Amino acid sequence: MNELIFFVNKALISGFVIGSIYALGAIGVTLVFGILRFAHFAHGDLMTVGAFVAYVLAAAAAAAGVTAPVPLAVVVLPAVIVVTAVMALGLDRAFYRPLRRAGSPGVVLVMASIGVTLMLQGLIRLFAGPRSREMYFTEPKDIFRIDIPGAASKIVVTEPQLILFVFTLVAVVALHWFLSRSRLGKAMRAVSDNPDLARITGISIETVVRATWIIGGGLAAIAGTMLSLDVTLKPDLSFNILLPIFAATIVGGIGQPYGAIAGGFLVGFSETLAVFNWSVLLRPIARFTDGAFEVPAKLAFVPTEYKLMVPFIILVIVLIWRPTGIFKGRVL
Amino acid sequence: MANYRRDIILFAFLAALFAVVFATQGTAYSLRLTVEATCYAVIALGLSLQWGTAGLFNVGVMGFIAAGAFTSVLITYPVNDAFWAGDGPALLGFTALKAAIGVLAIWAARQTRRFGFPAWLANLLTLVALAVTFLVVSADLDIAANVIEKEAEWVGGFGLPVFLGWAAAGVVAGVIAWFVGKICLGLRSDYLAIATLGIAQIIKTLLKNADWLTHGTLTVSPLPWPVAGAAETGFETARATYLALTATLLVIVYLLLERAWHAPWGRMMRAIRDNEDAAASMGKDVNRRRLEIFVFGSMLMGTGGAALIHFNTIFDPSGFIDLNHTFLVWVMVILGGAGNNRGAIFGALFVYVVWTMSEPLSLAFFGQVRDLGQAWFGWVAPDDLDSRAISMRVFVIGLTIALVLRYAPQGVLPERLSRKG
Repeated sequence: MNELIFFVNKALISGFVIGSIYALGAIGVTLVFGILRFAHFAHGDLMTVGAFVAYVLAAAAAAAGVTAPVPLAVVVLPAVIVVTAVMALGLDRAFYRPLRRAGSPGVVLVMASIGVTLMLQGLIRLFAGPRSREMYFTEPKDIFRIDIPGAASKIVVTEPQLILFVFTLVAVVALHWFLSRSRLGKAMRAVSDNPDLARITGISIETVVRATWIIGGGLAAIAGTMLSLDVTLKPDLSFNILLPIFAATIVGGIGQPYGAIAGGFLVGFSETLAVFNWSVLLRPIARFTDGAFEVPAKLAFVPTEYKLMVPFIILVIVLIWRPTGIFKGRVL
Repeated sequence: MANYRRDIILFAFLAALFAVVFATQGTAYSLRLTVEATCYAVIALGLSLQWGTAGLFNVGVMGFIAAGAFTSVLITYPVNDAFWAGDGPALLGFTALKAAIGVLAIWAARQTRRFGFPAWLANLLTLVALAVTFLVVSADLDIAANVIEKEAEWVGGFGLPVFLGWAAAGVVAGVIAWFVGKICLGLRSDYLAIATLGIAQIIKTLLKNADWLTHGTLTVSPLPWPVAGAAETGFETARATYLALTATLLVIVYLLLERAWHAPWGRMMRAIRDNEDAAASMGKDVNRRRLEIFVFGSMLMGTGGAALIHFNTIFDPSGFIDLNHTFLVWVMVILGGAGNNRGAIFGALFVYVVWTMSEPLSLAFFGQVRDLGQAWFGWVAPDDLDSRAISMRVFVIGLTIALVLRYAPQGVLPERLSRKG
């Protein structure tokens, strides 16, 4: 029983947490990929920027003497979403729109987004330095321990993890409602499916593009803030989180927001299950069978330091067998 | 006769720049700078071949450089007798044997379809074979790695001549490129970008963590030189001979690429880049040609990386960073002019000098800011200001990429279009 709870703590909960983060990032990437038709490499840094905005605002709130039952970064989150979305719009206007207008091929936009990545990275480190920070100021980091009858150890959930669950749920439901009910959401799906056809039916491409950046930027802000609340605020998130997010996007099918959510959780769970030490679960079975086989001390599919290989392998498998992704997106 | 005025002006400017560097920075330091710049020029030619000639988007340059550099280290580093005397070689041999059997089993599982097995069963068998092979080989490798690290620290090298190492560096980088290209080249270029980014990170992680094979973060040094080292002939002569070697390499690569560019092969490549459908309808095998050029370009990166690492005489996996080894090369190529080999060489030499010189300049600038801020406003600078000053250069690289793409997408030496016919 204790082993099972260890499994829930170490594999399921952390898989869900990292899966939510990937899903929130991948929705933005898949929308940009589907509507603007290029792989947005600066998305990881957009998340970091969001987290830093949250840090600054929360620090200001703490200095002003604001107290709240939840972490201050969560209190200021609406403002963070607005600031990050505006920033995403600004990046589009300054760097991507001129290239789009000039009729540059998609590859040039990808490269421009790499330029933007480097600029954001440089700015973040210039102002914040290379060290990592705590996102908590006055408030303690609450930890909930849930008793399971008949077991000595407890299921452990931290406060930011709970808030992340709630936010992911709300974001997914809201996105579903927006894409399936609202006029703008339907227009976005139409542009993603066929931009020329959408334009001649009178859909304003600029409005759709703007909505894409606002949604992508807002979700990136949530993901970045929640990730740094759960762990710490690090300035060098970008490339390490980019590969799993792209893998999630492609697994889910490009231009498919629901696919991105599924892909995010798939990649997140694969990562945690691949590095999980399965000996913990095998040991009680070995006890039960009276030592019929010996359990090694460490039995994981992938050593922790090679965690990055998991999303890459998923990516390669999908590209070989089903480049459209599980939800039948496009191969652009 | 084509008009070469622009080329002459730019290269004269470059010569003047190098003259200034030699005059102000001392010969030994300037020679080092020049050698590294020529190595970067070889790498930039590889990227220019991929991007300029075929439009392939490779953001994993670092991975190919690192793979090439490590291969060369393995081939040329002196033999580690403790490893060969111990159990390591036998264990590794058995692991290789098991891996070979596993590959055979996977191949056999794929072939079962020929005997009337349904597709899902063949796929299932393949997956099972893959999983079993992976688990067995990784467990074996783990044991072998532990034994080797205990007995001999790491496997050491083969002690072969450096030229062989450089050649092998190109071959290994090419083999990796073949696998990546085989998977991604049939799809849109964005996929290649994502996959190369991933493979570069993974190669770096492998080199950093596989202590038994690469000595990991403990680094390997001193690496042998292909020419007489500083101990025998003195600093300046040694560096000058090394420069002669890399410059010769650069010239040979350049001449070969020019030949290929003007040959029917180069024309076909540009046709594929400019209009894939038209080229395919003329009977060109688009994906195969792209794979060819991707492999060739990566081979140049591998060899260039090996030349670079041997010059510095130390192999440190953490020393490979995206900024210096991928994006700097990109700036060189797009600033110099994609699809023009002279442009790539100019970009490489020019950008490398500016890049190297900008480090002391930015440190000095930020030091000035710190002093003035303290004197005028009583501002206390953070302790890590120096590392922040370095990150300013990251910003500048990003800004350069964005600005060049917007305002001068052709670079300073644009591709020459043939006006014949």
